[in-house]
Amino acid sequence: MVQRLGGLLPAAARPYARPILLLGLVGILASLPTWAPRFWIYVGTQALIFAIFAMSLDLLLGYAGMASFGHAAFYGIGAYACAELTLHHQVDLFALLIGGAVAAGLVAVPIGALALRSTGIYFLMLTLAFAQLLWGLAVNWISLTRGTDGLIGIPRPDLPGLDHLNFTFFERGPFYILVLVVTAVCFLLLEALVRSPFGRTLEGIRENEPRMRALGYPTFRYRLGAFVAAAAVAGIAGSLAAMNNGYATPDLLYWTVSGLVLVAVIIGGARSLIGPALGAFFVLIVQLIISSYTERWELILGAVFIAFVLFIPGGLAGLVRRSS
Amino acid sequence: MQLTVNGLAFGGLVFLLAAGLSIIFGLMDVLNLAHGSFYMVGAYIAYTVVTITGSFWLALVVAPLALAGIGIVMELVFFRRLYRRGHLMQVLLTFGFTLVFVDLIRARYGPTTRSIPIPPGLGGAVHVLGATFATYSLFLLGVAILVGCALIAVSRLTRIGAVLRAGVADKEMVGLLGINLPLVFTLTFGFGAGLAGLAGVVAAPELAIFPGMDGSVLILALVVVVLGGLGSIEGALIGAALIGLTNSFGVSLFPQFAIAVVFAVMALVLIVRPSGLFGRRT
Repeated sequence: MVQRLGGLLPAAARPYARPILLLGLVGILASLPTWAPRFWIYVGTQALIFAIFAMSLDLLLGYAGMASFGHAAFYGIGAYACAELTLHHQVDLFALLIGGAVAAGLVAVPIGALALRSTGIYFLMLTLAFAQLLWGLAVNWISLTRGTDGLIGIPRPDLPGLDHLNFTFFERGPFYILVLVVTAVCFLLLEALVRSPFGRTLEGIRENEPRMRALGYPTFRYRLGAFVAAAAVAGIAGSLAAMNNGYATPDLLYWTVSGLVLVAVIIGGARSLIGPALGAFFVLIVQLIISSYTERWELILGAVFIAFVLFIPGGLAGLVRRSS
Repeated sequence: MQLTVNGLAFGGLVFLLAAGLSIIFGLMDVLNLAHGSFYMVGAYIAYTVVTITGSFWLALVVAPLALAGIGIVMELVFFRRLYRRGHLMQVLLTFGFTLVFVDLIRARYGPTTRSIPIPPGLGGAVHVLGATFATYSLFLLGVAILVGCALIAVSRLTRIGAVLRAGVADKEMVGLLGINLPLVFTLTFGFGAGLAGLAGVVAAPELAIFPGMDGSVLILALVVVVLGGLGSIEGALIGAALIGLTNSFGVSLFPQFAIAVVFAVMALVLIVRPSGLFGRRT
């Protein structure tokens, strides 16, 4: 999408279009706490978290070509890991984020090892089934998760340094900035990953797995690696979500959450990282706007998805492409 | 014994859903997430019919027909445009529909749980060989076996079945032979939706009726379809029996982890046979 926009610029400026656009985006987002009302800072935080989540799914869907309908499982595990760590142990922020990533990554290993035996729609169904298994555990394993009540009372972390900056008269400002920084770091990490030999190999496997195998690549290990990496990043998002909302509940793992993030990736345009991030913004903001006007937001959101599938098959990225 | 029958009865319910899901997938290559919604709508139609007229049997006729109608309209208006656009777009479309259906139901009936009484004549218990069974469980099991046998017979012995099986194997060839494939698709989708509606009606007296009742059953039906092998009715039948039994024994032995036991069985089967019990290797 960004590359296509670059087509409008003079040739000499083209290589810089993407970084400039991204920096501009980060700049606008970073200024949010200074002018936006408090509710919008909450929305922005949630949207950024959802963007991390969507980018992690894009690694799977866009680059490795594996459509998972169970990605919410890892988001939820990140949230629960964060809750367990803050409620029972004294750990710092960095450890919480890493904890969410490690927990989600560890759970992804056996699930990936089983689900990756299949491909395409079978893979989609298996990931959906395993995610619902974890959701069932979150609901029923009361001694660990307190069932549908969830784990509550997760504090937003102290942020040394940020608390003293002058925009902190907005209570949520510092945490928002933290989430923005983590989002940027995750984006850069994923960007580096998809441009690395590992990422290129994944794209090769997506296009033609038998050929990659014939070339001597252990394709299963590459796909599993992508699955675990995507899960770990989703775990970071989940961990941040737990801090932002102050709770971890089974709802975070429910299959409709997996559906929403998949829609975000596709609406934004897969295989661009930034597209899914924008798609996540779109889905979340539409959802929050509609739900502030009417209780029937699911109905309208569902209708929006249906309209998207029928009339805008290429997603937002496709729209930009057509107009340029 | 009792656990076995209850498990099989629940499996029968899941089979009614899984069969439709499997036929639609096998023939049309559409993974229909809204299948659970059809089931939910079926249950609510049963609730409405029973509260107004008091007749469960009327509901048993009305709901499947209504859902077949809904399914046919959905196929004609929406799915028809998408067959060439890949699985993912269809999954998103059906996902959009699940959101719409659940919210429509919530708008009309509210979020509270509803229930209908077990139909007269099926309420008691039956004593066989010293064991006691709820009559309604036997009724559920009977419906499922009847539908299963009818489906297998139709698919094996009739011309319609031959067209369906040929369609699963090679769509273009069937189209070239002069069979109106779009019509077959429309009717199949309607039939699958009708089966889901039937499942909703027979589930209504036994299970709670609430918006969101579609989720867990849809997932179990998917598990059954994966277990049995996509597109195979026999596979769905065996898979559903397996899942029903596992669920029933799981609930009584490890109440907290019944669902985990169900998925453990699925994982085991898939380790041995990745394409399901009756699946063709792809």
